Amino acid sequence: MSTTALLTTSGTAPPPRTVGRAGASRATWRTVRYAVAIFFVIIVLIPVYVLLVTSFKAPGDAAPTRAWALPQEWTLDNWQAAWTTLWPAILRSFQMVIPAAIISSVLGSLNGFVLSRWSFRGANIVFAGILFGMFIPYQAVMIPLTQLVIGAGVPSGVPSLILLHVVYGIPITTLIFRNYYASVPHELVEAARVDGAGMLRTYWSVILPISIPSFVVVLIWQFTNAWNDYLFAVFFASSQNGPVTLALNNLANGAMLQNYGVSMAGALLASLPPLIVYILLGKYFVGGLMSGSVKG
Amino acid sequence: MKRIRKVGAPLLLLAPSLIVLAVFVYGLIAANITTSITDNHTAAQATGQQPTAFVGIDNYVGLLGSSDFQHSIMNLLLFTGVFLVGAMVMGFMWAWVLERPARGEGLFRAIYLFPMAVSFVASGVVWRWLLNSNQGENASGLNRLFQMVGLDVLQNNWWNNITFGIVAIAIPAIWQLSGYVMALFLAGFRGIPDELREAARMDGATEWQLYRHVLFPQLAPVALSALVIIGHMSLKSFDLIMSISKAANYQTKVPAVDMFVFKNSFDYANSAAVGMVLLVLVAVVIIPYLWWTNRKENAR
Amino acid sequence: MKRTRVLTTVAGVAAAGLALAGCSGGGSDGGGSEGGSGDEVEVFTWWAAGTEKAGLDALVEVFDEQHPDVEFVNGAVAGGAGSAAKDLLQSRLQAGDPPDTFQAHAGAELQDYIDAAQVEDVSDLYEEFGLTEAFPEDLIDRLTVDGAIYSVPANIHRANVVWANPGVLEEAGLDPEAEYASIDDWIEAMEAVEETGKTPLSVATTWTQVNLLETVLLADLGAEGYEGLWSGDTDWAGSEVTDALEHFETLMGFTNTDRDGLDWPDATQQIIDGQAAFNVMGDWAEASFAEAGFEAPTDYVYFPVPGTDGVFDFLADSFTLPVGAPHPDGAKAWLETVGSAEGQSAFNQAKGSIPARTDADTSEFGEYQQTAITSFAEDTIVSSLAHGAATPVATLNQITDATSKFTTGASDLATFQEELAAAAGA
Repeated sequence: MSTTALLTTSGTAPPPRTVGRAGASRATWRTVRYAVAIFFVIIVLIPVYVLLVTSFKAPGDAAPTRAWALPQEWTLDNWQAAWTTLWPAILRSFQMVIPAAIISSVLGSLNGFVLSRWSFRGANIVFAGILFGMFIPYQAVMIPLTQLVIGAGVPSGVPSLILLHVVYGIPITTLIFRNYYASVPHELVEAARVDGAGMLRTYWSVILPISIPSFVVVLIWQFTNAWNDYLFAVFFASSQNGPVTLALNNLANGAMLQNYGVSMAGALLASLPPLIVYILLGKYFVGGLMSGSVKG
Repeated sequence: MKRIRKVGAPLLLLAPSLIVLAVFVYGLIAANITTSITDNHTAAQATGQQPTAFVGIDNYVGLLGSSDFQHSIMNLLLFTGVFLVGAMVMGFMWAWVLERPARGEGLFRAIYLFPMAVSFVASGVVWRWLLNSNQGENASGLNRLFQMVGLDVLQNNWWNNITFGIVAIAIPAIWQLSGYVMALFLAGFRGIPDELREAARMDGATEWQLYRHVLFPQLAPVALSALVIIGHMSLKSFDLIMSISKAANYQTKVPAVDMFVFKNSFDYANSAAVGMVLLVLVAVVIIPYLWWTNRKENAR
Repeated sequence: MKRTRVLTTVAGVAAAGLALAGCSGGGSDGGGSEGGSGDEVEVFTWWAAGTEKAGLDALVEVFDEQHPDVEFVNGAVAGGAGSAAKDLLQSRLQAGDPPDTFQAHAGAELQDYIDAAQVEDVSDLYEEFGLTEAFPEDLIDRLTVDGAIYSVPANIHRANVVWANPGVLEEAGLDPEAEYASIDDWIEAMEAVEETGKTPLSVATTWTQVNLLETVLLADLGAEGYEGLWSGDTDWAGSEVTDALEHFETLMGFTNTDRDGLDWPDATQQIIDGQAAFNVMGDWAEASFAEAGFEAPTDYVYFPVPGTDGVFDFLADSFTLPVGAPHPDGAKAWLETVGSAEGQSAFNQAKGSIPARTDADTSEFGEYQQTAITSFAEDTIVSSLAHGAATPVATLNQITDATSKFTTGASDLATFQEELAAAAGA
């Protein structure tokens, strides 16, 4: 490979230049990068600006024709209304998302471990079979699915949703963990096996402790997916026992006359928990994703 | 005995997932296929009040032959193409911008990721406003913004265009997912040891040569993963179109919307058929990916 | 060490998560069916906010008075004039998990449920509650399918109303009080408005265009001709329909170019803001004007769509009794309130529509509503296409698709006419 070639010839090369022309070009690149970064920040924040600004407007003011103007009168009413309507649903969303994310991560971790370490015949077929589950268009199977879930007697609302997000989260969590474990050095696992440890013991003592970055990545992905899911929420919950996406939809589309200010305040409110999760765990997100997906 | 032991334990651990997926994925797909080869087009048939008969691939032939469905597929392909390219370019660019340690990186990253946190049920209204197709005097949304900054010439009718309207819908999609692509590439960049770069520089490679011969090859697997994940999300896109342009609008029809409208009309057989067509399209995307992964890992 | 710390954290978070789930499992068990001696009724609607919710709340108040022992459980699902709700409803009915009662437009929209044997015949309830005397005969005829009635209407709305801004009209040199005898006269007025640079006719996304289409068909074909379209008596391929569609095409040419991205309130807003002259919408638009503090006839005017004076293009929100409802007694109690004079009076006053009953107390109702009540009693009644009274869902969806194709320029008039004929004939 070219990189290896580069590495082996490096010993005979002249020392690197960090001053003069090369140094100046580094500085210019830096400025360019900053400029580009800021430009895109502005672009990305354009819709956010409209969301924010409209959320502080009174009903007459919050109209599409006045999207760019600042509020004629700043009001907190929308935020208050959004909070009162949404907070029970936000609580329920947490109740649904946290167990779903954790359970599907654990299952994904076990699956990923097995599929990456134990080569039995057909392991790849099994992996392909699990992975395919990631790609099924839910709309297509919605009716038999509802019949299945209702027929099995699973209560509507949070319990149903936890079940569904766990089941349909298994493929992608398995994918991420499997790729992550595939890069774990063989020696680690072999050492445990030589010591006579069975599969579970190996998992517990060797694999689990080093899985933290991957767990974080998977948890974040599952959290976002489950938090923003709307399709399952509509079919398997009601506005009494459903997550925040349902409540938000009721808020935004519930009347013939829409109150845009309230829906935008609600939209921002509902997006805060995932944002906080990203910020808190952002560091791990970047580091951990590499292990999951770089290997393809 | 030992062989069974060897296969037994892994399969036991996998069993819960396998059973669950067998039911919730493959069982349902089978049910769907069964529905799609019947003539179940009315509510009465669905509840058994009227009989249904097997009609083989009639539904599929009818669908694929109808110009409306072909328009839907065209839209889907166009949308996917633009979405993929847009998200990959954006995501890569942001990752490139942030990959050298810089001040405020955390803040930039959080901002670029924020769109992912906002679901379309929520941001749909804003995007509907922004993509409003009025120009000139009655302009609002992005057209108005262009006027305000003197870029009048950029005004256009966004998604209100029969052939290319769907491209406008790709804009919110790109906005939302570029952050994830950025994260993928960022991790990819971070995964390249610094020694490689230093070595290349010491050999006198220019920045461009560095990228072309060192970084891009290392990033190829990441790019592929991103392509697959975004590609499959694009094929499933439904919330997006429903919240911005609603179901009935001809300009932005895609198969996912057709599936919904059929179901709404109690036409279950056609709805199931569209679902199967989508599944086949998705398979076309990921089977090469699986084959490629398999080959790569066996070569290791 | 590190491993123990890691494990403790994971275990702690997992425990917290499961504890939360446990809390939820206990509290969210539907409506709590163990209410002792009390019964309950799960009412499934798409009225989750705004004037509809106000109407629903008013109805619930009356319900609590009339049936204090039955608990009202709100099963509302918002979105898209009921598209999400209908989607969910279908699934629930298929899966054998129906609500106790659900909202549906009275008329042909119910046909699929009837064919699928998912709704009960409630004509005996009509006898029991005395509704056969209280509702106008015309309405009862429309609700009867093969001798059975399948829903109880809560209100009546009118779909063929024009709303106009007098200021914009005057600017175009038109008399705000003018009455237009036919669509051709109306088109002349629109041309005058166009000269001033304002939008002559504001319209929104596809379903509102179908609403417009039906009023044009009604105007050009007359009440009988219009009804014939759905019964098969009128020839869709005929020249009368072609003329009507040409009128429709001309009218669409006078509309705002951003229509497909708007919902109906945005189009009404254009009248309120003085950007457009005319708008065709059902009389729920009245609520928009009320909210803007407008008063007729100084700030806005209304009249039946030109050519349809004397015809009441009706639609009605109604409630059903699903087969296999978990609490049929609760459902019947609800239906009784819905059909009662007090119920209809309270509901319609809040919602802005008019009662189906002829004997409800309407003294407090607004000015527009009073005119609507008179109209409903005197005019010829026809069923609305766009609002589920005239055709089943599948037909309406096909007509909607064909209309979208036509108004976006993807098909020509001849193709449009063909597709409409195919949809109605299917």
